[in-house]
Amino acid sequence: MAEAFLQVENLKTHFPVESGMILKKRVGTVRAVDGVSFSLTRGEILGLVGESGCGKSTLGRTIMQLIPPTEGAVVLAGKNLASLSKQDLRAARADFQMIFQDPYASLNPRMTVFDALAEAMRAHRKISASEINERVAALMQKVGLSPRFVKKYPHEFSGGQRQRIAIARALAVEPKLIIADEPVSALDVSIQAQIINLLAKLSREMQLTLIFISHDLSVVKHISDRIAVMYLGRIVEMGPAAQVFEKPLHPYTKALVSAVPIPDPEREKQRQRVILSGDPPSPLNPPAGCAFHPRCAHTTAECSRAVPELQDFDASRRTACIRAREIN
Amino acid sequence: MPLLEVKNLRTYFHTRNGVVRAVDGVSFEIEKGQTLGIVGESGSGKSVTCYSMLGLIPQPPGRIESGEAIFDGVDLLKAKPAELRQIRGKRIAMIFQDPMTSLNPYMRVEDQLIEPLLIHQKIERKRAVELGVQALQDVGIQDAANRIRSYPHEFSGGMRQRVMIAMALITKPDLLIADEPTTALDVTVQAQIIELVKRMQAERGMAVIWISHDLGVVAGLCQRVNVMYAGRVVESGPTASIFRTPQHPYNRALQKSIPALQPKGAELYTIAGMPPDVSKPFVGCPFAPRCEFAQEVCRGPVELKPGDSGQATACVRVQNGELKL
Repeated sequence: MAEAFLQVENLKTHFPVESGMILKKRVGTVRAVDGVSFSLTRGEILGLVGESGCGKSTLGRTIMQLIPPTEGAVVLAGKNLASLSKQDLRAARADFQMIFQDPYASLNPRMTVFDALAEAMRAHRKISASEINERVAALMQKVGLSPRFVKKYPHEFSGGQRQRIAIARALAVEPKLIIADEPVSALDVSIQAQIINLLAKLSREMQLTLIFISHDLSVVKHISDRIAVMYLGRIVEMGPAAQVFEKPLHPYTKALVSAVPIPDPEREKQRQRVILSGDPPSPLNPPAGCAFHPRCAHTTAECSRAVPELQDFDASRRTACIRAREIN
Repeated sequence: MPLLEVKNLRTYFHTRNGVVRAVDGVSFEIEKGQTLGIVGESGSGKSVTCYSMLGLIPQPPGRIESGEAIFDGVDLLKAKPAELRQIRGKRIAMIFQDPMTSLNPYMRVEDQLIEPLLIHQKIERKRAVELGVQALQDVGIQDAANRIRSYPHEFSGGMRQRVMIAMALITKPDLLIADEPTTALDVTVQAQIIELVKRMQAERGMAVIWISHDLGVVAGLCQRVNVMYAGRVVESGPTASIFRTPQHPYNRALQKSIPALQPKGAELYTIAGMPPDVSKPFVGCPFAPRCEFAQEVCRGPVELKPGDSGQATACVRVQNGELKL
């Protein structure tokens, strides 16, 4: 296997739950991310899926060092981001950038496209005015926007175009890792396709490592090399995208995959659905053992005893289910 | 006779920036017990179509410019408010996208749930509460007798949507209009809600209009589908042929741009440009500026006409037999 470019080791992000107005008392802990480990090679696209509240966004933000990790390491190209000083971290940020879900909220409405892109460039190195002009124009072309829009404000663009601006801004500092948190969820289907194509193309051309966070499994399957499925702060399954989708190992992944509607009436009729009962449990008070066991069809007494580790199932796939071999 | 027949519905919004033609000549019908899907991108007029029928369009700025919506012999668009109130919430019920904001946070579920019964039927409160508990059980809420005393915030999103469905169905309506009811929910919860609606429909034989931007949901649930674009129905027909043999170039392009239907990693088909600004008048086919098959003839008037593949298509070139799959 190629050398790991990004290595996440036993990453934990816990949030305190406090009560009281002045004398705050810690009454509990939300384990939003609770022991996540994986590694990515250069240029790899990882799809991170899971339902709302499973911690996928918090994981993304923790890797980005936007939220300090409670425990664990994020090693990017040999540097542990979690242990860098404030100053070093700021310098290192040029290597990793983030794209957010809502292109209406993530761009400053008072900055033109030029200002937004130029600010990002100036933030990380000294750069001459003429070079900025040149590079802004080149960037806009790269993301499929005409450079003549350079003096326009975000409100003058459509949602898809704004997401292109957000992508251009992330690319402005020439990062090596991009985390895109639900980048197409706010867009219409016909516009989604444009952004998915663009991200796939950029990743290929620039050897960008991409973590694509989404709740939409069909989008993730399409763009990713590998998929990691999260449930209540942990990765429960990880493997090559096609395999995770077609032959899921973990009972939760099975239910998740079968719940995704397919826009094909014939196939829809023939499908066997695994309908889960109940809702995902609260991360404030997770069930003992495997967090999925109360909703799982294959659960045994053993499942509530210990939290199952993410273990190798075969050469490329890993799953966190003690009965994985029995049920597959 | 169809349960509901909508003819040439036009709903315009008169704003300071011009006349927004949100719904521009929509006709369709739905039979008893049938499920009709309305799909389209945001702003295509799917919701406004249904809101217009129920008199839920704020007027002004909205105005129903023309059309009829005949429900069991009554034209909903011309009905007096008192007459409409007898139908809305009783014979036609509606559920909305966001179960978080469509329940009143200050009222116990019990009071909201039985409100339609108290309004529309002569019934004692005690009996209504019994029916309310039954309705909650029917939608799969456990311990309903106690849960009915809870407030909406004590329920999760999926549970709140169940409460909404229980409330909509408590008067045993003939038609349920569901406006993106699962869009705000997780996929596993979405699957639960879809199964629930299917089951309730089979048990009670009611018709359902399901509005969604998600073609997958519609494919699995609906018998017929209307595809909307820029305030018009551009294609309409049985679900199988809408997906199997799309005729209208917009419908074709839409199917080609969905990752779920394409081989993994393949470049997705993209539709150039953006949906038209419906506040600017245009002639001819609204999709023509983005259509790869557009020709001079597309600037002329176009109507939804039945074709030979079982669906009706609003494309002049398809109607002339010039575009074959």
